[in-house]
Amino acid sequence: MEVRVKNIVKEFARFPALENVSLDIRSGELIALLGPSGSGKTTLLRLIAGLETPTTGQIFFGDEDASQKTVQQRNIGFVFQHYALFRHMTVLENVSFGLKVRSGDRRPPADEIRRRALELLDLVQLSGLETRYPAQLSGGQRQRVALARAMAVEPNVLLLDEPFGALDAQVRRELRKWLRDIHDHTGHTTVFVTHDQEEALELADRVVVMSKGKIEQVGTADEIYDTPASPFVYGFIGESNVLPVRIEGGEIWFEDRPIGVKAEGHADGDGRLYFRPHDIEMLEGCGGCLAGIVTASRRVAGTRHVEVSTGASNASVEIELPIDRGNVDGSRLAFRPKKWTLFR
Amino acid sequence: MTRHRTQRRWQIRQPSVLPGFGLALGVTLSWLTLIVLIPLAGLVARASGIGLSSFLALAADPRVIAALKVSFGTAFLAALINVVFGVILAWVLVRYQFWGRRIIDAMVDLPFALPTAVAGIALTAIYAPNGWIGALLEPLGLKVAFTPTGIVIALIFVGLPFVVRTVQPIMEEIDREVEEAAATLGATRFQTISRVLLPGLAPAVLTGFSLAFARGVGEYGSVIFIAGNRPYVSEIAPLLIVIRLEEFNYAGATAIAVIMLIISFAMLLVINSIQAWSRRRYGYGA
Repeated sequence: MEVRVKNIVKEFARFPALENVSLDIRSGELIALLGPSGSGKTTLLRLIAGLETPTTGQIFFGDEDASQKTVQQRNIGFVFQHYALFRHMTVLENVSFGLKVRSGDRRPPADEIRRRALELLDLVQLSGLETRYPAQLSGGQRQRVALARAMAVEPNVLLLDEPFGALDAQVRRELRKWLRDIHDHTGHTTVFVTHDQEEALELADRVVVMSKGKIEQVGTADEIYDTPASPFVYGFIGESNVLPVRIEGGEIWFEDRPIGVKAEGHADGDGRLYFRPHDIEMLEGCGGCLAGIVTASRRVAGTRHVEVSTGASNASVEIELPIDRGNVDGSRLAFRPKKWTLFR
Repeated sequence: MTRHRTQRRWQIRQPSVLPGFGLALGVTLSWLTLIVLIPLAGLVARASGIGLSSFLALAADPRVIAALKVSFGTAFLAALINVVFGVILAWVLVRYQFWGRRIIDAMVDLPFALPTAVAGIALTAIYAPNGWIGALLEPLGLKVAFTPTGIVIALIFVGLPFVVRTVQPIMEEIDREVEEAAATLGATRFQTISRVLLPGLAPAVLTGFSLAFARGVGEYGSVIFIAGNRPYVSEIAPLLIVIRLEEFNYAGATAIAVIMLIISFAMLLVINSIQAWSRRRYGYGA
């Protein structure tokens, strides 16, 4: 189901957690809310669930205004970081809970509930463990039970709060791929919160980057990485360098010289130049470039990450060099950014 | 395989890198022996001197049976009532912030500290037919003081902190997320409490119940004032033991004591096994 968040403001004791946030989530989409802690991503998720009430603003499920409904009426599936399983119930009882608590004619007959719960346990690859208690399962298994439990109620939207946050790296990668498969199989509209950009970029159809209670950018992994909409996104996603620069006559100047990069269409004045460590070209001899002494270097997988101290202010810039350049420690390098963004 | 497991179970746990296991176990065992085992063994030895037939005759005395019924019945009832209200009280203390919460929290411990005789006299004064509450109940035909009802009230008083103090810490540990999870799955508040929260508290409630019950069975000081101590009606077993002692009927006193010991031990054993079982199953404290 399509979910629309409209002009949501949320304040906790006068402290604004979300400032006028709007977001359209398409039906069947897998979308990630990404941001540092305190960015309001979990608050937004809990508002969609109905676990918090907005100070102002509305949330629509399809054409229906869900803001007036209680969490019980919204029919959502919520998965918590620390699983929040009912520990006195078996795996099967946990998964059936949402159907068992329904009243009157909305509750399916007992054998139907059992059949559906077993089907879901099969989907999350936990067949045969239905009589176990949560304490007898591993972290990854518990989280899969939690997901099956959330899906049992046929939710309008599936909400996951840092679902892999409490798991170790390897289980995390496995579950990530597996969640993508499940999503493609069931087609639930899914929103998940994470502070792990790799997870967000790899898993989600679209990523919502949030900071300080605002949405900075919404887009696919490519859009977010290649055309960051704000300095925050540039700095938060992937590696980046920032240099204070000046625009003069359509050229970018760093301190006392032009760096050989045209900035046509930009008015004269100060700005900040952002570029990725690998979006550079190396130069022999310098007719307009950034240049400096290598202060440190480290091998990272197939490339060498080199720190260069440049200019009179000794501004530190990190660039990536191919391994075949050999050891460059202490030498002088000249380069210029190939792809860059200027924020004023 | 099976033999290997049995062997391992009976081994004394290997000491870890933390030193002092042998010393600690030694102190524990000597202390338990001095304080608990020797007196109880003395009691049993004394009882075995009576001879089985006369022991059974003493035990079958209708007055003894009536006193035991009163003791265990009132203690059981009081512990049950304490469980209901103790859980509610603990819930209020854990879940709500209000003015005077700390005072109420401190008041819960008062029955621990107050001399039980003082409690008994105070309760008698209030519930006697001419007391504050007793006077209100009298026209309704309800007599509290000098009946088994009075005993139950005294035992509720002394047993309350046991339930509150055992349930409270477990309640504090309840994860908010578990309640929220139940709500997102469509459970009403009532369903969340009855199906999710209370079953999770069951082991702690059971501990509280057994402590309050054990305390109730052994309680003497507060009860004798409010009970009226009428034989066959409101006479508790501990009082009967004292009466027998005053008659220099040591055999009679010992017999009652041993019977109480056996029943108490059996009941606590059953409650503890239920607890160990549920702990294993749900992984509490694991």
